Amino acid sequence: MTALAPAPVGAPHRHRSRRAAFYAVTGILFLTGVVLSAGLGQLAIGPAEVIGSVLRAIGIPNDWAPSEPLLEQTLWQIRFPRVVISLAVGALLAVAGAVMQAIFANPLAEPGVVGVSSGAAVGAALAITFGLTSFGAWATASFAFAGGLAATLLVYATARAQGRTETVTLLLTGIAVNAFTGAALALLMFAGDSSSREQIVFWQLGSMNGARWPEVGVVVLVGAAATIVVLALARQYDLLSLGDRTAAHLGVNVERLRVVSIVLVALLTGVAVAFVGIIAFVGLVVPHIVRMLLGPSNRGLITASLLGGATMLVYADLLARTIVPSADLPIGILTSLVGGPFFFWLIRRNRRRAGGWA
Amino acid sequence: MIAYALRDVDFRIGDATILEAITLDIAYGRVLALVGPNGAGKSSLLSILTGDARPTDGEVLLDGRPLGAWTARDLARTRAVLLQANQVAFSFTAADVVEMGRAPWIGSDLAEADEEAIADAMARTDVVHLAERAYPSLSGGEKARVSLARVLAQDTRIVMLDEPTAALDLRHQEDVLRVAHELAANDRAVVVVLHDLSLAAAYADDIAIVDQGRLVACGPPDEVLTEARIEAVYGTPVRVIADPDTGRPVVLPRRSALSSSSVPRSF
Repeated sequence: MTALAPAPVGAPHRHRSRRAAFYAVTGILFLTGVVLSAGLGQLAIGPAEVIGSVLRAIGIPNDWAPSEPLLEQTLWQIRFPRVVISLAVGALLAVAGAVMQAIFANPLAEPGVVGVSSGAAVGAALAITFGLTSFGAWATASFAFAGGLAATLLVYATARAQGRTETVTLLLTGIAVNAFTGAALALLMFAGDSSSREQIVFWQLGSMNGARWPEVGVVVLVGAAATIVVLALARQYDLLSLGDRTAAHLGVNVERLRVVSIVLVALLTGVAVAFVGIIAFVGLVVPHIVRMLLGPSNRGLITASLLGGATMLVYADLLARTIVPSADLPIGILTSLVGGPFFFWLIRRNRRRAGGWA
Repeated sequence: MIAYALRDVDFRIGDATILEAITLDIAYGRVLALVGPNGAGKSSLLSILTGDARPTDGEVLLDGRPLGAWTARDLARTRAVLLQANQVAFSFTAADVVEMGRAPWIGSDLAEADEEAIADAMARTDVVHLAERAYPSLSGGEKARVSLARVLAQDTRIVMLDEPTAALDLRHQEDVLRVAHELAANDRAVVVVLHDLSLAAAYADDIAIVDQGRLVACGPPDEVLTEARIEAVYGTPVRVIADPDTGRPVVLPRRSALSSSSVPRSF
């Protein structure tokens, strides 16, 4: 048609500098959050002491490290496991949200909203009620994974029609799944003894309290493996946004990609839910903010969501622990207090944009 | 060189027969226009060619090999498809969308040609100025052209276009068909579903008429587009005249003058 024009060059540069700024700011927030979260609590530990203790642990002798054994113990047995699990869970939930949004081609898909989290919760509650937790961290995680997988498959089978997901159907399916799992959880509490009942109630609200290293290990290990697979699939997720048929024309095996992704979402959500309970909306809020700042390309979105989710949850946990003096507010309450209104705003915006319930 | 060979292809969904006994060769270096009334089976025939749908009976060979034996990636490096509806779920820019057309070539020797293929495709479809715009914010015609650019960037030896001109203005309609013609001149096979018979006649080397799931005729435009045949297939009287410039057929519906009394007074 017209003569060959030079490729637009301005855009990638602008994107790159935005990306650099995002990682710089989030990285600083991340590190600050980690040090603060490890230091603050009933027994306050200064940032220098926290950093010193970590440096000593990795073999760098220094003068900052705390000399009191109590401080060391508090850091390594209570604070650090909790910090690491909040980082890991935040990262996993954010990645799970990004993956769900990609395979449903819908920005409102999120493990908590559509009932994957509560499906996983039923699985984990089964393990608690029947006393399977004594078999170690993996038992609860496997049950949570199975529950999450069942819920994801159900949502997928119900909400997708002719290669697309209507927002209304997706949200209605979420309501149905959440209603059912709510009843199942209530039934399990009713059937269980008072100690498992209490365990389920608190854990349902979501809390990082009592995280131990073995559990942290399971979350980090499974999460890292799943995230590596997700990153390898990122380019194919981009193509899915063109629609199933066009993605297939570009060489994507759409059905296989979806099945693998559903298993990944169940895995990511399952391990996160298994040990810290239901923490909703992280998978919704984080990828959405990242998309607004850095664009929708999935490789960048997933890596940035990983960091963003970790950062967000470390602060949420810090807030949950310190907002009420000498009490540990369940973190799930906190994220839902923030996430709920955000979700509401997102629905309204989405509706206005699409000119209806698209 | 034959790209596609269809032999006695039937396609049924439940009890409904969508396509029946289609035998057709599609050659490299030519533009084939698929025309026919609404619901005739044009899009289904295209789905059979792309591999989206499997024929109930009969055989589809691509480069002499059964279509089912091709891997998704090899197929993606061989044929590109522009569908009628082209929505994009997130706010990818037009340039992002065109770049997605290069996905099949990742990890091949041709991956180095990415930049050039993208720039060339965008220039040919007149969308360079839209590069940084968010795809969902584009108009229908702009979306169609960006999607066409994506298909061109895929740089395959077979290109299939399902009603590529539907949302386009007069100039861009001509542009798209001219691009199709250039592709064929570069030894590629082009299959294009069209509704405008005159447009098909002007740019296609061959026209295939599909009616009620059957291939009614296939051949050069001036042989296929006869008044009697078009009237039989479309059920409306037409006049076929020769374009004064090119000599190619132009199809005009025969219309009687509207009597003024039939217009309500209140207008």
